[in-house]
Parts: sequence; structure tokens; C-alpha cells
Amino acid sequence: MNKKFVLGIYDDEDVLLTAIENMRAAGTKIYEVFSPYPVHGIDDVLGIKRSRLPIVAFLGGLTGMSFALWMQIWMLGFDWPMIIGGKPHIALPSFIPVTFELTVLFAAFSMVITFFIVTNIRPSLRVNVFDKRSTDDKFVMAIEVKEGVTDMSALNNLLRSTGAIEVNEKEVVK
Amino acid sequence: MQHVSPIREPLVTGGKTYHDITEDVCRQVEAKPNARWAAALAVALVGLAIFIYSVYRTLFYGIGEWGLNKTVGWAWDITNFVWWVGIGHAGTLISAILLLFRQKWRTSINRAAEAMTIFAVICAAMFPVLHMGRPWLAYWVLPLPNTFGSLWVNFNSPLLWDVFAISTYFSVSLVFWYIGLIPDFATIRDRATGPIARRAYAVLSMNWTGSAKAWSRYETVSLILAGVATPLVLSVHTIVSMDFATSVIPGWHTTIFPPYFVAGAIFSGFAMVLTLMIITRKTFKLEDYITLEHVESMNKVIILTGSIVGVAYTTEFFIAWYSQVEYEQYAFINRATGPYWWAYWSMMTCNVITPQLFWFRKIRRSLTATFIISIFVNIGMWFERFVIIVTSLHRDYLPSSWAMFYPSWVDVGVYVGTIGLFFTLFLLFAKFFPVVNMAEVKAILKSSSGVVHTPHNTMHGTDKNLNTNTHHNE
Repeated sequence: MNKKFVLGIYDDEDVLLTAIENMRAAGTKIYEVFSPYPVHGIDDVLGIKRSRLPIVAFLGGLTGMSFALWMQIWMLGFDWPMIIGGKPHIALPSFIPVTFELTVLFAAFSMVITFFIVTNIRPSLRVNVFDKRSTDDKFVMAIEVKEGVTDMSALNNLLRSTGAIEVNEKEVVK
Repeated sequence: MQHVSPIREPLVTGGKTYHDITEDVCRQVEAKPNARWAAALAVALVGLAIFIYSVYRTLFYGIGEWGLNKTVGWAWDITNFVWWVGIGHAGTLISAILLLFRQKWRTSINRAAEAMTIFAVICAAMFPVLHMGRPWLAYWVLPLPNTFGSLWVNFNSPLLWDVFAISTYFSVSLVFWYIGLIPDFATIRDRATGPIARRAYAVLSMNWTGSAKAWSRYETVSLILAGVATPLVLSVHTIVSMDFATSVIPGWHTTIFPPYFVAGAIFSGFAMVLTLMIITRKTFKLEDYITLEHVESMNKVIILTGSIVGVAYTTEFFIAWYSQVEYEQYAFINRATGPYWWAYWSMMTCNVITPQLFWFRKIRRSLTATFIISIFVNIGMWFERFVIIVTSLHRDYLPSSWAMFYPSWVDVGVYVGTIGLFFTLFLLFAKFFPVVNMAEVKAILKSSSGVVHTPHNTMHGTDKNLNTNTHHNE
């Protein structure tokens, strides 16, 4: 099924931010906004919720910490108890470095892998960029066109009035 | 909305637009390699060949090819290991700690500095692995179930902590670096003309589109990674220092080692970043992105860390005297006046005296002076590791076993070889990857480019011409 989009192209981040506000105030649903760099303040005007990735990182870190402590205590304390350097079997202070490293490792990797999955990025030959200039110097606002519902000329005028330098149409094969 | 700060210098000069940044950075990736790059690569490849041959000698004939003896069982290998790990630290420091501190000047240099980290850690890892003598058994350092019953690795040993610290550091740095590269790979992908380049960068860019939601998550990920990488950087060199500090050798078992090694690492790392950046900005014409302001900021870090290192040297001496331990006292007097006095005083000259020249603004802002001093610091930090390791080992408690260490040519070959390896990797990086983080530089452009951006009157601007670039020079 093909999806049809109208793309408003902007060339300034401040214009873009007010444009998003105005578009939303006019009752238009914005499908997605593409920019060459993270525009600050865009989350608020677009209504993007705060990412829950920090929670993933925390849980990952907790898992790593528990795993590391369990591994060391079990290996040196129970599976093959051995006194090294006069330290007790379960020498917690000298287990701290490995515990710390595995906490960081698990936190980082669990978060990054989750980021890849939820953002749907993976090594791929497919390119989903709506307008190639959005990875260079333009800001692109994509609005989905619903057949028979969307008034194209009104939408065009609305985008123009918010400062879009160009308004294009694009069909995406799903 | 934007204004030019009266007290801060712009971070991007030359009145650049977003598109200029893309052009300037992508040019290197898209153009044919220039002659200077090819010549540099040829020299680096010679170094790599030396490395391969020296490693072959080491593995085929054994560690006896090195100049080690019974007294000095660790010399150049561990010196080079600590030196390289230290150099690696500046990259993560720039990308992580400066990100947490919201230092915008990091944006132009963090990409190359992180690449330097990755390559320096690769070079560093070569030494402990080769020092094992039988690197094909290197997996023995991992806690894997094995055929010796349930015999596990020794979690009480700092050498094992190193295994975890270095491998975690390497993998987290690699991921951090790669995530930063994804949006820039997307930029190159969308500009690519050749089919090979387009496919290669399409795969590397992981289908990145730059949607607002992706950027939002991307920034969260960067911030958290910086948050976990910051203590990680400090822990890695702390643990490296514990290889020494937990021993009984006079001159090694010092509680000052962890902070002192970390400061030394940042010191040598920034020196290496400067060495590389001064060459890179010149060869790739990136003077507008890596400005004198950047060089000066890094030089300030060098003064700070260089002074910390200087204080640490003095403190060690003071504590040796104050502890009343004669072995400790002898170790330090021997360092300064014994057979390795030249190494000690090279270290003092390069690390304590030369960086103090940066107190002069003129020297701090001179590229030639900075380049020379950065080389001095690198040499000095190598000598610091050498002094700590060899002077402490060659005369410890038992005078009958006192000995001198003389490096063999294989020692020299492996060391020079890793420099070749490092530069081979760095040059390949500089050619095929964007050297400057385009997305991040674009993000700071409006607030710090020395150009006044006039906000447009947006509500009624239906006329196209109204919204063309309105950059006015200062």
C-alpha cells in the first residue's frame, strides 16, 4: 500500500519550531520531522515523550552488577575455593573492579541495543529518507495525506504560511 | 534570538552555513586521496611491516627476543602498554566528560579524538597479549569453563581486572564512537554518487533518517553513555595503576598512583590529540572548525594535568622521605641519580617544565609551539612509565640480583611498529570516515559561529525570497 506525504521544507531551526507549533495549533497531525542535527526544543513542540532508555540502562547495569557479583562469589567462593594472597574466599573489595566494569558494560550495551531496536535502525541497504537534503542542511516536515480527507491546497498554503521554502509531495511504498 | 558573545570566541569561523559544513567535511571522504595522505600512509605501512616482523620474531622465537632479564621481567612492553592506554584516555574524556560539562568546543574534535582512543587501545592491548608469550591461549584470562576441572581465573589479581577494564573500555568506546558516526554516515550516503560508496555508507548508516524521535533518543543515549563512560575512563587507568600499586616493589606500592596515573593519562592523551589535530586541520583544511580557540582550550587542560603530574612527582619524593622506609628512599634517590638518571630528568623536563610554557598566551596560541610541546609531552610520558617500571624493578630488595635493562631491536621494533599500526588505522579513518562530527557542529553553529542569524518573520512569509539565507557577517 502506498502512503502519500506532503513535505514542507524549511531552512532554519527557529522557523521550523514555530512552524511546528502553528501547524499543530491549526489542527494538522505531523507525521514526522527530519533534521540534519538534533534541534533543541523540538521534543516539546512535537510532543515527544521523554525516552525511557535511561530505565533500560539502569536495569541493564543492575543485571550486570548482580551477574558479576554472583559469578565471582560462586567461582572463587564455592566452585573452587582458593585462598589467594591471604584474602578470604569471598574477598568483596577485590571483586569491585570487575563488578564495576560489568555494570557499565551491561548498562551500555543493553541501552544501545534497545535504542537500535526501538528506533528501528540496523545495517540495511534500504534508505527511508524522505528528502535527501534533510541529512545536509534542510529541515523536513512530513504530513500524511489521507485520500479524500486532506485538502491539498489548504495544506500547501498552510505550510507556506509557516515559512516553508518548498512544499513537495512524496509517495512511499510500504 | 542569537547574538555574538562579546567574551567568547566563535567555535566555527569563516561564516559557514550548514551546507558548507557538509561540503568541507565530506570533501575528504569523497575526493581522491591526496599525495600527502598517500605518502603518510606509505610511511605508516612501513611501521606496520616492522610491527608484523617483530611480532613474528617474538612469537616464533619467544619472549627471549626481548631485552628482559630475571630482574627486569617487565620493561618496554608494560611501558608501552600504559603509555598507549593513557593516550587513549583523552578521546573518551573529550567525548564523555566534556559532554557532561556541556563544553561545546568538544564538538569539532571529539570524532578524531575518539578514533584515536580506539586505535590507541588496540595498540595497547598488543603488549600484554604478546607478553603472554603464547597469545593463542589469551582466552585463558577469561572466566570460561575449562578442562582443568572447575579452576577459574583469579579475581583478586589486578592483571585480571585489567582484562575486564580494557575490554569494557574498548567496547563501550567503540559503541559510543559508532553511534556518533551514524548520522554522519547518513549524510555521506545521501550525497554518494558511486554505487559502492552508496551501498557501503548505507549499511554503515543503519538506515538512519534523522527523524525527530530518533534524534531525541539518540541524545538520551549519548548522554547516558557519557555518564557511564566517565567513571569508566577514570577506572581503567586506576586499575592499570593498581598493577603496580598492589605490589611490594619499592617505588610502586604508592596510594597516589590511581589519581596520578589518571592525570598523566589525560595529559598524554591531550598531547596526542593536539599532535594529530594540528596535522589534520592543516592537511584537510579544517582551520575553520578546529580553531586556535580549540587548541588553546586543550593547552589549558595540558597545563592543569601537567601540573598535577608535577605535584605527584614531588609528593612521591616527599612520601618516600617521610615514610622513613629506606628501600623507598633508595628507590627515589636512585631514580634521580642512579644509572637511569637521564630517563628521570628527561621525564622531568618534558612533563613538568615544558608544559608550563603554556602559561604564556602567545605560546598557548602558537601552533608551532603547541606542536613541539605536544611531542615533548608524549616523549615525557613515555619516560614516566619507563622510569616507574624499570628503575623500580632493576634494583629492589636484593642487591645480588640487581641488573640493568637493555632493549633488544625487537623491543624497539614492536614499539615503533605499534606507532605504525596506530597511524595506519588513523589515516584510513581520516580518509573514509568524516573526521569532524558534522551533526554536532551544525547543532552549535547558530549559537557559536561568529555570524549573526536574524530570525525570520515566519508567520506571513509566503514569499520564497524572504526565507533564503539571511546570514550577515559581523
